Amino acid sequence: MTPNSNESLEAVIQVAGLHKSYGQLEAVRGIDLRVHRNEVFALLGPNGAGKTTTVEILEGHRSRTSGDVSVLGYDPGKNDRKLKERIGIVLQSTGVERYLTVFETVDLFSKYYPHPLPVGDVIQMVGLGDQRKTLVRRLSGGQRRRLDVAVGLVGDPELLFLDEPTTGFDPSARRGAWEIVRNLRSLGKTVLLTTHYMDEAEALADRVAIMVKGRIVTEGVPSELTQRKGRTIIRFRIDGENVGLPEGLQLDQEVVNGAYSLTTDSPTHVLHLLTTWAVEKGIELEDLAVTRPSLEDVFVELTGAGPMEGEGM
Amino acid sequence: MNSLSLALKQLRYQNTAFWRNPVAAFFTFVFPLMFLVILNLLFGSHDLEVPGGTVNTSTFYVPAIGALSVITTCYTNLAIWMSFSRDEGILKRIRGAPIPTWSFLVGRIAHAVLLGLLLMAIVAAAGVLFYDVDLPTNTLPAFVVTLALGAATFCALGLAVMKVIPNAEASPAIVNASILPLMFISDIFIPLHDAPGWLTTFANIFPVRHLSVAMQTSFNPFEEGLGFEPVHLLVLAAWMAAGMLIALRTFSWEPRR
Repeated sequence: MTPNSNESLEAVIQVAGLHKSYGQLEAVRGIDLRVHRNEVFALLGPNGAGKTTTVEILEGHRSRTSGDVSVLGYDPGKNDRKLKERIGIVLQSTGVERYLTVFETVDLFSKYYPHPLPVGDVIQMVGLGDQRKTLVRRLSGGQRRRLDVAVGLVGDPELLFLDEPTTGFDPSARRGAWEIVRNLRSLGKTVLLTTHYMDEAEALADRVAIMVKGRIVTEGVPSELTQRKGRTIIRFRIDGENVGLPEGLQLDQEVVNGAYSLTTDSPTHVLHLLTTWAVEKGIELEDLAVTRPSLEDVFVELTGAGPMEGEGM
Repeated sequence: MNSLSLALKQLRYQNTAFWRNPVAAFFTFVFPLMFLVILNLLFGSHDLEVPGGTVNTSTFYVPAIGALSVITTCYTNLAIWMSFSRDEGILKRIRGAPIPTWSFLVGRIAHAVLLGLLLMAIVAAAGVLFYDVDLPTNTLPAFVVTLALGAATFCALGLAVMKVIPNAEASPAIVNASILPLMFISDIFIPLHDAPGWLTTFANIFPVRHLSVAMQTSFNPFEEGLGFEPVHLLVLAAWMAAGMLIALRTFSWEPRR
């Protein structure tokens, strides 16, 4: 249990000391996790961080080496049908029969659940209303992804696992998917999301946990995580040759293509130094921006890598 | 829905999907029938000695191609379809849904068996219409038992062989390499009268010849008893048990990487 978690909230997922080894390789090295009812929880991390292994243990797809895991009060390692009736799973690595139509696919899956949603409504909800009678094999990648979501939703689950739900979506399809997730929260569902899009986590998640090398390195509300970094980022570009910087200013990283970035706790002072220096030297600070760190900045600082390297896991 | 109606629903959709893939459906049906026609054209007019008398070779080929049909749909097709389903993550998707795994498997297996039975019926009908073959009468119960046990045996082996199939692309090669040579030495394509004894002994280790020979007994017009072949049926049952045991212990719902 994390010390700062609110014990009064009902936990839908509880994980304590979870370990998973594949032979010599320790994929998950002792994580604790608590996901509350009716929240959207995002698990972030670069490639090989152990997110997929963790989520697949929670879904019952994988066994664990040690640790306590409870999902809706069940042990997912026991392959209990009662648990599966109450969860929905949308994975990247799963598929459906290619020679059935969208409607037939969702209809077939709806029969597995005791209280399914109306098949037509679910298809409408994911925006495949016009493709009801289209064979799965004729769907585009994004449409197939939406069908995955429909199949995950049709059982009216209390808890939904979404693994990289918008990978390969165009921006408008992405907004649509986000709308679905927000909609689920307003219906009282709990969502465990893994993603490598930081803006997605920032837009959707009530809480996030960042995993690196099998451990959770930080966890909390996105706005708190970015505040915890507690600093301001000043970014600008200088065209032409390297002109150095005024004395006393420290760059975050090497200048790449004329792009400068500084992190500071005293932005007023630094900006004053910087602008005075630039005016004196007759240098233009192109695209000057003063920003709070985004979740992506926190992520990069913690993982030492761009989140896009985590693609595909 | 209860488990049985789930299995039936699964079976129905499985069947819908199968017929929508015309290439697969075409080859499933055309291959055995093609063998029936070609083998009859080549060897159909020969005489063949069977227990009790002499028959036309067609009387050999109808049960032989019937056995081939059951083996193709239950072993070859089932193993290949399931390997593709495993690679495409269809099995994993099912595993995460609250359908009892046996309902899903029964739906798949039942579909393979039904295709095998349909093919057997077509082969038998062709035998009556074009090749003057007598259908089993007094041996009908033995024929049904043999067919059912053969279907079950080869379905079990089809699921068991998935253990050695690394990915779906490799499945046709592995499955065919394991079954085609056996068919040549197991009274399917050629009656084994002139084969060396050691070859027949070798073929007798495997289930293919036992199915074929037991089916031929059912179609033997000189057979006056019930036509049960207890030894052949026992060997089939042993292979079925072995196949089921391996399948139960090694079946994987996860795509292999």
